[in-house]
Amino acid sequence: MTSTDTIDTVEHALATPDHPQPYRELGLRDDEYERIRAILGRRPTDAELAMYSVMWSEHCSYKSSKVHLRYFGETTTDEMRSKMLAGIGENAGVIDIGDGWAVTFKAESHNHPSYVEPHQGAATGVGGIVRDILAMGARPLAVQDSIRFGPADAPDTRRVLPGVVAGVGGYGNCLGLPNIGGEVVFDRTYAGNPLVNALCVGAMRVQDLHLAHASGTGNKIMLFGARTGLDGIGGVSVLASDTFSGDEDGGGRKKLPSVQVGDPFTEKVLIECCLELFAAGLVVGIQDLGGAGLSCATSELASAGDGGMVVELDRVPLRAKGMTPAEILSSESQERMCAVVQPADVADFLAVCRKWDVIATEIGEVTDGDRLVINWRGATVVDVLPRTVAHEGPVYQRPIARPSTQDSLVADSPDSLARPATAAELRATLLRMVASPNLASRRWVTQQYDRYVRGGTVLAQPADSGMIRIDERTGRGVAVSTDCNSRYVALDPYRGAQLALAEAYRNVAVTGATPAAVTDCLNFGSPEDPGVMWQFREALHGLADGCRELGIPVIGGNVSFYNQTGSVAILPTPLVGVLGVIDDVRRRIPIGFGAETGESLLLLGTTRDEFGGSEWAHVVHNHLGGQPPRVDLAVERLLAEVLAVAGREGMVSSAHDLSEGGLAQAVVEAALIGETGCRIVLPVDADPFVWLFAESSGRALVAVPRAAELRFTEMCTARRLPWTRVGVVDADVDAVEIQGVATIGLSDLRVAWEGTLPALFG
Amino acid sequence: MSARVGVITFPGSLDDSDTARAIGLVGAEAVGLWHGDADLRGVDAVILPGGFSYGDYLRAGAIARFAPVMGEVVAAARRGMPVLGICNGFQVLCEAGLLPGALTRNESLHFVCRDEWLRVDNASTAWTSRFEPGAEILVPIKHMEGCYVADQSTVDELEGEGRVVFRYVDNPNGSRADIAGIADASGRIVGLMPHPEHATDALTGPSDDGLGMFLSVLDHLVAA
Repeated sequence: MTSTDTIDTVEHALATPDHPQPYRELGLRDDEYERIRAILGRRPTDAELAMYSVMWSEHCSYKSSKVHLRYFGETTTDEMRSKMLAGIGENAGVIDIGDGWAVTFKAESHNHPSYVEPHQGAATGVGGIVRDILAMGARPLAVQDSIRFGPADAPDTRRVLPGVVAGVGGYGNCLGLPNIGGEVVFDRTYAGNPLVNALCVGAMRVQDLHLAHASGTGNKIMLFGARTGLDGIGGVSVLASDTFSGDEDGGGRKKLPSVQVGDPFTEKVLIECCLELFAAGLVVGIQDLGGAGLSCATSELASAGDGGMVVELDRVPLRAKGMTPAEILSSESQERMCAVVQPADVADFLAVCRKWDVIATEIGEVTDGDRLVINWRGATVVDVLPRTVAHEGPVYQRPIARPSTQDSLVADSPDSLARPATAAELRATLLRMVASPNLASRRWVTQQYDRYVRGGTVLAQPADSGMIRIDERTGRGVAVSTDCNSRYVALDPYRGAQLALAEAYRNVAVTGATPAAVTDCLNFGSPEDPGVMWQFREALHGLADGCRELGIPVIGGNVSFYNQTGSVAILPTPLVGVLGVIDDVRRRIPIGFGAETGESLLLLGTTRDEFGGSEWAHVVHNHLGGQPPRVDLAVERLLAEVLAVAGREGMVSSAHDLSEGGLAQAVVEAALIGETGCRIVLPVDADPFVWLFAESSGRALVAVPRAAELRFTEMCTARRLPWTRVGVVDADVDAVEIQGVATIGLSDLRVAWEGTLPALFG
Repeated sequence: MSARVGVITFPGSLDDSDTARAIGLVGAEAVGLWHGDADLRGVDAVILPGGFSYGDYLRAGAIARFAPVMGEVVAAARRGMPVLGICNGFQVLCEAGLLPGALTRNESLHFVCRDEWLRVDNASTAWTSRFEPGAEILVPIKHMEGCYVADQSTVDELEGEGRVVFRYVDNPNGSRADIAGIADASGRIVGLMPHPEHATDALTGPSDDGLGMFLSVLDHLVAA
C-alpha cells in the first residue's frame, strides 16, 4: 500500500525545494517548469506537476495555435454572432435554429490512440465528443465520423480500418445515436497516422443551455459516472514508477495501455441520467471529463466560476489499488462527468443517479477564495490558482515559413499528364475512377453503423449531408456535412481550406437546408516545423475569411498537431463541418434520380479545365501538383440560395454536389442510389474528358421535373447562376448512357462502385 | 378508451422512444414501463424494444430477463397478454424462455444495418393479422447478434406449426431457415430481429410497412 509519507504534499514541496522532478519526461520544457515554480513561489508537488504538464500540453492548452485561433474571433461580425448562443471556448458552440431550439455540434480528433489501438481509440473518440455535447445541456442526437487511412491496399490499413469502423460503430450503436455521415479517405501520408475525427450534434430548448462553471460558495462538486482507473494516464506514470516497487500495487502493474477503454453502456446510462438531472433543475454547472480528466474538469470549472474550490481526492471512487494523487488527477478513464450542485439539491441529485445505477460522489465544494485546493488523506497536495492551470499556459509564436518545396509542387501542373482521348479510354477511365478507393461506395463501412435509432434520421450516407429532424411537430431539422480534400490543401492551404468549407457548405445546401454554422477539426503535422505552421496559418485564415464571406460563424473547433510519421507530416487536413437548418425536413432534396422519368438534368455552375489535386490525377497518374480548383464563394452562396428556394417550392427532385471525380462520379452515384438510369448529352463543343472529370467547385447536378423546368432555369438566369442542360433521367435505360462516349449498365456500375471495399476488407 | 401498450425501458434500451412513437401513430397510448418496477401499469399489451440492455456484455438479453418487470411480463404472457420483442427484445424473450431458440453473432461477424425484405409467413398472429399471407414488407435490421439458431427438432416444430412469422428474402445474418421472427404456440407472443418501429414513415425509414404490426395488435385487443 501507499503510505502517506511517500506522497508529495505542498508542505513537503516547501521543505524540499531542490528535489529533482521528471518534468521533461512529462513533456514540459525547462522554461515552462521554471514558470510553474514562479507561479507557485515554490516547486510544484507531484500532483501539481501532473496537472500543469497535462493542461499545458499542446492538446489541452492550444499553445501553438492560440495566437492564430484569435483570428476566428476577429473575423466574426456582429451579424454572424446574432444566432450564436455559445462559441469557441465552451465545450461546444451553440446556435439558435428557431422554434425555440438550440443546436450544438462539434468535431474532435482521436488520431493517435486510433493508430495504437484502433477499436478503443475510435470508440473513445466518439464517447468524448458525445460528452462534450452533453455538457452543454443538450441531448446528443447523431454522430458522424471522418476517418482517413493509408493506402487502401496497404497491410496496416487492414489492421487499422476494420478496428476503427468497429470501434465507431460499436460505441455509437450501443449509445443509441444514429451515424448519419462522414468521410472515408485513403492517402499514403496517413499510413502511420490515421485520422479519426468524430462529430456529434445535439439539441436542447434555448433556455436549457448549460455552461461549465462553478459558482456559489458552498455548492457541491459531484463526480459521477464510471470509476477512475489507471487507463489513459499516459506519461504521468513516470512520477510513480520509481517510487513504488514492482509488486501488484506498485510500479509493476502500472504498465497499462495508455489508450483508454470505452464502455458505451455506462455512457448511455450517463446520458439519460444527465438529461434527467438537467430536466429536474439539479445542476448549476457541468463539465465532462475527457483529456486530462479531473485535472481539466476541476481547474476549468473553478477558473470559469466566481470562487475557489476544494476537493477531497480520497473520495474519488477508484477501480485500481494504490493510485497516487497525480494518477487520479490525470486518469482519462471514460464515461465520467463533474457537476456543481446546490447543497439542498444533493439528495435529489443522488436519487436520480441511483435510479440509473450511476455512481455519484460528492468530492468537494465551491469556496469563497480564489484557489483550487486538493487534499489527499488530510494533507494538501494541490494549492493553485486554477486559471494558471486551465487558461494561462504558455503561448508560442512558432516560426512560420513557406516550405521551399511549395513552388516546385505548384509548378508541377497536371496539364502534361496523358488524358483519355477515345471513347473506349473514357469509358475505362470512368469505371476505374468509380471503383477507386476514394470514390467507391462506403456501404461496407456505413452498414456497420445504426442510422435509424431515435427515428429522426431523414438523410444519411450516401447522401451529401446527414439530416435529422429536431422538432417532430414542426418538422424543423438540421443537416450536417464534414469535408476536406487535403490534396487541395497541400497545394494551397488558404484556398484548400476554403474549398473544404465550400464543399461542406454545398453539401448542406444540396439537401435544401440553409448553412448556418461551422465547426472545424484542424489536423496538421508538427507545429515545430515552420512549414507546417505556414500551412496551419494559411488554412486557418482561408477558413476564417471564407466564413466571413459566406456570413456563417465558426462556433467551435479542435486542433490536432503532431500528425506525422517520423519527419513526414500528413497532408494538411483542416476538416470543416457545416450545419444547416431546414424549416421542414419533409422538403429535403434527395440525391438519387427517379422521382419521375424524363426529368431534365441540369449542371449548375461553371466547368473549367481544373485537375490540380484531382482524384483523376491521383488514381491514374499518382500525381499531386499544380493549383487546386478556383474557389468563388459568391457562387457558392448563390447556389445555396437557389437550391433553398428550389427545395422549398419543389422545383428540383434530386440534387447532388459535384466534388471528387467530377460530373461522371455525381451522375453514377445519383443513378445507382436512385436505381434509375439517365442519358447524358454534353454540350456540342465540350471536351468530354474535362466535362466528365474536372473538379471545378461551385457546381451541383439537379434533376428538374418538366413542369418546373422553365421556372427553375429562369430563376437561375435571373440570379446569374450559370446552368447547362446535360441530359435526362430515363427509367427505361437501366444504364448511364453518355452520348458519344459509352453506355454502361447500372449493374456493371454497381459492381464497380460497391465491390471495392468488400474486396479489400471482407 | 384507446388501447394502452407498454414499452419497457431497460438500462441500455435504445428504440423505446421510437416504439412509443409507432404506438402513438396507430392511435394507441404508449405507456412507459421501468425495468426495476414489477408493475405493468395495467397495460393491454407489452413491447420489449431494441437496444443493448445492460450493454449486452454477457449474452444479449441474458441479464435483462432477470429484471423485476420481467416476472410480470412472463405472468401476463401466460394469462394471454400480447407480447412483442423487437431485436434486443426478441433476445430477451428467448432468454426468458417465452420463445424457443437463441440469437447468436451474425455470420459476417459485423454489425449490420440495412433495409431487408421480409416475407410474412404467418399472418394470423396477434401482431401480424393486418398483413396478407406471403406479403413482402421492407423493414430495417440493425444488429450484431441476429443469427437465429435452434436445434433441429425446435426448427421442425416451428415449421410444422407455422410459427415462423417472418422470413428474410435475402438472409443477412446466417439465421437458420432464413428465420427473422417467430411466435409462441398461441400466436400472441412474437419476437423478431427487424425493426417495424423504424418502418412507420417513408420520411425516416424505408417504408411504412411496420405500422401493420401495431395495427394488428389493436385489432386483436378490440376483438379479445
